[in-house]
Amino acid sequence: MSLTKYSVIGQSVPRVDGIRKATGQSVYADDFTLPRMLYGKLLGSRRPHARILSIDTSKAKAMPGVKAIVTGEDLPVKYGILPVSEDEYPLEVDRVRFVGDPIVAVAAVDEMTAEEAVRAIEVKYEDLPTSFEISEGLAAVGETSRIHDYGPHDNVHKQINLEFGDLDSGFDAADQVFDNTYFYSGSNHLALEQHSAVAQYGADSKLTLWSSTQTPHYVHKALASVLKIPASRIRVIATPVGGGFGGKSDPFPHEFCAAKLSMLTGRPVKITLTREEVFYAHRGRHPVLMNVKLGVKNDGSITALDFQSFVDGGAYGSYGVASTYYTGALQTVTYKIPAYRFRGVRVFTNKPPCGPKRGHGTPQPRYALEVHLDRVANALGIDPAAYRKSILVDEYSMTVNHMRVTSCGLGECIEKVTEGSDFNSLRGALPVGKGVGLAVGSYLSGAGLPIYWNKMPHTSVDLKIDRGGGVTAKCMQIDIGQGSDSVLAMTVAEILGITPADVNLICADTDTTPIDLGAYSSRVTFMMGNAAIEAAEKLRKKLFEAVAEELHISERALSEGTESLQSAAGQIVHMVNGVPTGKSSSFLRAVKLAESKFGQLSSTGSFTPQALRGPYKGSGVGPTPAYSYSAAVAKVSVDRETGIVTPEKLWVAHDIGRAINPILARGQIEGSVYMALGEIFMEEQAFRKGQHQFPSMLDYKTPTFLEMPSVESYLIETNDAEGPFGAKEVGQGPLLPIPPAIANAVYDAIGARIDELPITPEKVLAALALQEKGKFPQVGPNKFPDYQWPTPVKIDPVWYDQPPEQWVETRRRDRSKC
Amino acid sequence: MLRLPPFRHLRPNNVSEAAEALADHPGESMVIAGGTDLIPNLKRRQFDASVLVGLSHLPELQTISDNGEIGIGAGVSLRNIAAEKAVVKSATALVEAVQQVANPQIQRQGTIGGNLCVDTRCNYYNQTHEWRESIGFCMKREGDICLVAPGSSKCWAVTSSDAAPALMALGASVILVGPDGERSIPVSALYQDDGIAYLTKKPDEILSRILIPKNDGLKSTYRKVRRRGSFDFPVLGVAASLSMDGNKVSAAQLVLGAVHTHPVSVEVAQLLLGRTLTDDRLLAVADAAFKAATPLDNTDLMYAWRKKMVRVEVRRAFQDLATRAN
Amino acid sequence: MKHSTFQAPLPAERLHVRVNGESYEIVAPVNKTLLEILREDLGLTGTKHGCELGECGTCTVLIDGDPMLSCLVLPVEVQGHEILTIEGLAEGGRPHELQVAFAELGAAQCGYCTPGMMMSSKALLDSNSHPTTEEIKEYLAGNLCRCTGYLQILEAVDSAAKKLHSSQQDADRGNTPESTTQGTGIR
Repeated sequence: MSLTKYSVIGQSVPRVDGIRKATGQSVYADDFTLPRMLYGKLLGSRRPHARILSIDTSKAKAMPGVKAIVTGEDLPVKYGILPVSEDEYPLEVDRVRFVGDPIVAVAAVDEMTAEEAVRAIEVKYEDLPTSFEISEGLAAVGETSRIHDYGPHDNVHKQINLEFGDLDSGFDAADQVFDNTYFYSGSNHLALEQHSAVAQYGADSKLTLWSSTQTPHYVHKALASVLKIPASRIRVIATPVGGGFGGKSDPFPHEFCAAKLSMLTGRPVKITLTREEVFYAHRGRHPVLMNVKLGVKNDGSITALDFQSFVDGGAYGSYGVASTYYTGALQTVTYKIPAYRFRGVRVFTNKPPCGPKRGHGTPQPRYALEVHLDRVANALGIDPAAYRKSILVDEYSMTVNHMRVTSCGLGECIEKVTEGSDFNSLRGALPVGKGVGLAVGSYLSGAGLPIYWNKMPHTSVDLKIDRGGGVTAKCMQIDIGQGSDSVLAMTVAEILGITPADVNLICADTDTTPIDLGAYSSRVTFMMGNAAIEAAEKLRKKLFEAVAEELHISERALSEGTESLQSAAGQIVHMVNGVPTGKSSSFLRAVKLAESKFGQLSSTGSFTPQALRGPYKGSGVGPTPAYSYSAAVAKVSVDRETGIVTPEKLWVAHDIGRAINPILARGQIEGSVYMALGEIFMEEQAFRKGQHQFPSMLDYKTPTFLEMPSVESYLIETNDAEGPFGAKEVGQGPLLPIPPAIANAVYDAIGARIDELPITPEKVLAALALQEKGKFPQVGPNKFPDYQWPTPVKIDPVWYDQPPEQWVETRRRDRSKC
Repeated sequence: MLRLPPFRHLRPNNVSEAAEALADHPGESMVIAGGTDLIPNLKRRQFDASVLVGLSHLPELQTISDNGEIGIGAGVSLRNIAAEKAVVKSATALVEAVQQVANPQIQRQGTIGGNLCVDTRCNYYNQTHEWRESIGFCMKREGDICLVAPGSSKCWAVTSSDAAPALMALGASVILVGPDGERSIPVSALYQDDGIAYLTKKPDEILSRILIPKNDGLKSTYRKVRRRGSFDFPVLGVAASLSMDGNKVSAAQLVLGAVHTHPVSVEVAQLLLGRTLTDDRLLAVADAAFKAATPLDNTDLMYAWRKKMVRVEVRRAFQDLATRAN
Repeated sequence: MKHSTFQAPLPAERLHVRVNGESYEIVAPVNKTLLEILREDLGLTGTKHGCELGECGTCTVLIDGDPMLSCLVLPVEVQGHEILTIEGLAEGGRPHELQVAFAELGAAQCGYCTPGMMMSSKALLDSNSHPTTEEIKEYLAGNLCRCTGYLQILEAVDSAAKKLHSSQQDADRGNTPESTTQGTGIR
């Protein structure tokens, strides 16, 4: 397809914050010091589940240098990122629910004193019955064992039973039914920067919080609610985030406590978590136990899918309700599935709370589904690439669970990676111990709905042009390393015909910037991008009007399109029938003309996704303005003596719609591959009686330079009709196909199925031992809960196979120059 | 940020003075050289030292000599050992071992003496004070039971030195300097079967020098099993040395690291001396090593797997040596 | 042995350290690590930290040209040695070739591992002007990065090495007015 030429978009220009980061000049939260600043420390629970009988802070209070101590009684308001699960206190009041659950906060003149003071606090506990596993959370328990007093029963936080289409007929129509269980382990984001916040409560009764957060807006809301201060007197500034991956998307105890301690002392207070505390703050990948039952015709076409998820939530709600829905939402956006049932349960356990990690709730089911399809293809004797291509969803279609699919380049993604890797000749043909595997995935370009119900924009961009020619763009979005600052600067520069360096950014500040909901659900490029385009186009219109007047170009000619103006490379150029006439104005001249004509040049653009939710409870999770698509081929070698699997190379193609900055887009793909490899081979939140077994960077293993294979990336540009310049997301989606591609490659290499992550050497050897005994070499979960499901909510599939006219006609916005 | 507890820092003028300083502060002093094991352990409050005796400024600990035997000062960094020609020539196993310690930075900070004396490790013990308080203190620090083997009367923390098995396979010895003079013992005699008192060295003795005999015909190797190619302590170390006389074995040693509280010498002389290295011989050696290894569930990776790997890695080590010897 | 709950701080000591070519006299407790001194006493917050236990490489600085973990170093033990931090890498206002390459080639995403990664890279190129891919990987294996998957870092170091080498050759041929001085430690 022919894409419009842009002057900035599509260029691998250096990221706008790159040189600051490369010179150590970016100021992260823990780099802040303010005059008279105090240092805070939190005391975490030493018990996985207990009543707090008493807290004795007298020794700590008496220590020289200790300035304030707060406990749960000082902050007695519950919060939670989702309005349906406001179940956390900043400091727990009468009960602790996991080892590390914060109880007391201390502020002192230096961190060492604060640390010693925390050690001097004596807490008496009365242990309560514990629940550490999914199975324990499901079992009937007494009142004292209930971790929370809400949820349908016992330690079940949420249960879902949704049926789309006629499941029974679907399975009746199947020639074969494939049924298997899978387990995906939990993992931590392990951003290198530990969470940190600095709070300053001034004599003017205004609170400022600098925090390493992905969601300054939600932190702002939560601070107002918990501290009982009007939001108008709270300012939250997100500092550059030293790695997020979802781990800094909730409001956290240290943020509330720094604020409260500052209010009590009248001095700024900084709290930076230790690495161990970061493991307890967690909000990482949910461990999920899954069952996939798939009905297929002999040609492989799917007649019905019955999917069950048991989600280990840890001790609090966090994003968990959404995470649970996500384990069932996106199976349908890659393949045609005419009948689908999703049943999901999230259980509370006495472990650090899980939440969103890159891919939020979708890598787990994607792993299960893609390994399952590999089994199906194998059993039916169909090539797995051709098989997937034969059952792909159509562009501009509606899935059985009411997800709207627009642009879809998945077929092309599969072609790219299979061609690039020579998959079709290698599969089944490599020597024993070497293999290739294929899988695909899909992710959101931003959640279609906000976290709390409202009809306001999800994002806005304010622009202001200085009469010196500099353009200031303001937006509450925060760059967490994904490159959103560059997307903003490049977008504005493209529309106004200037360079990104002339765009100055003010971001992530609730006082000075207009709303952006935060760096989550891969929403920023798509949503902020559209808002930035709108704002910049408004300004460009003014500039063009002023230039037209100056160059005596008739409004009529412009509106009829016979003549036009184009902005590029710092010039506004007059064209007739697409040919430059020689008449032009510099951007700077245009600014002066326009400011003379209109007054101060400023504008606002906003973006609110259209309402896409289906007619059922839970339909808010899954819809997005556009799905990204990815395909991956992995090549591995397996040492049959040690069981060690080595990934040799990966080929990843990603339907990004449009790559705004290809080098940054490739960085997101490679980073996703890396993070997936960690989850596949070594990262695992392991617990012993509810206690994290190794909350350290040495013993919680993450891949180093030496574990990273080479990656061949392909950016597939489908030019999405609604995306900014056609763009879709790239930050999370490329992670999804990696785990199943590796698992499928292991099967190709040694004929063994590892249905449980991480794929460790001991599991591979266990599978090979079965093989030697003549049994099917499979290692995976051997038990699956027999759960009493609630009555299903049945939802009719609408529009399936008949995309409504309005989508086909959806304006394929072509953002060419005028 | 994790902080260090308060301590005093002493700078003695020589090793003897350092030993005297330790003797002057019994029970509360430790030496600091590279600090790569000491400082994390102090921060996590595994160690409790109010006096640190600095060694890194002492030139006598920094020298490498090559006269009949190779002498290495205990303060020589791991990196500098690997760069020393004489060591590379006659002590391959040591070079391979130190090149696999931790990561490039720690190889430059950490010393050979420090690696030989590195504290035994256990994932119930290498944790902060708060973590250990939560799960219940173990006998190695503040508690009275072994959490990995609750019935055990002794501590099962694991020897985690890479250099120790290598030096044992090379027949090396160490010099210990105490307030009353110095003594020399084989590296193997530096360790004992106790995860707490894992060194036979007296508290006021300082390991000052390593002596490696030179044996031109001796081939040696060190194989390390760990999760990642960097950072990680061994979950199994295999050090092997071999001399051949024609196609007959004239000398052989095998030492396992990280499968017990101390490096384990496997008796292979009877199995190998005077014999050719057939596959059957190697299997017998691997079996003997397998029996000698007793890993427990207190490091990374499953202990049953670690034990299985003993056979694989021992066989691969001797196969490598046989190839090199030819 | 029971862990004592409160240990009184000891008096601060006078220390002399050389950082980025400048001498500093500071008064600080002896149990503050070099990392803490750099960030809190000298205001050199470019050096980051991720664990303070020597397990991530984030706090890497150069001491006499060698990459070391500042969270494990006592300042009292490096008096008289040359310490180089990320702030000392640029010459005047001109970023080092590595810094330019990191910024241009996507090697810094969140930027938090970048100072440590950069210092290790600097030490590598000072000791090996033509590193192979494998040599780069091995030298940087003590620096964790959670964003990039390392590949763009690899490309940046490789690119900087080539640029430094060609500008060195130009300088040797007298083609440029100012020669690029390649030295270890402090300029």
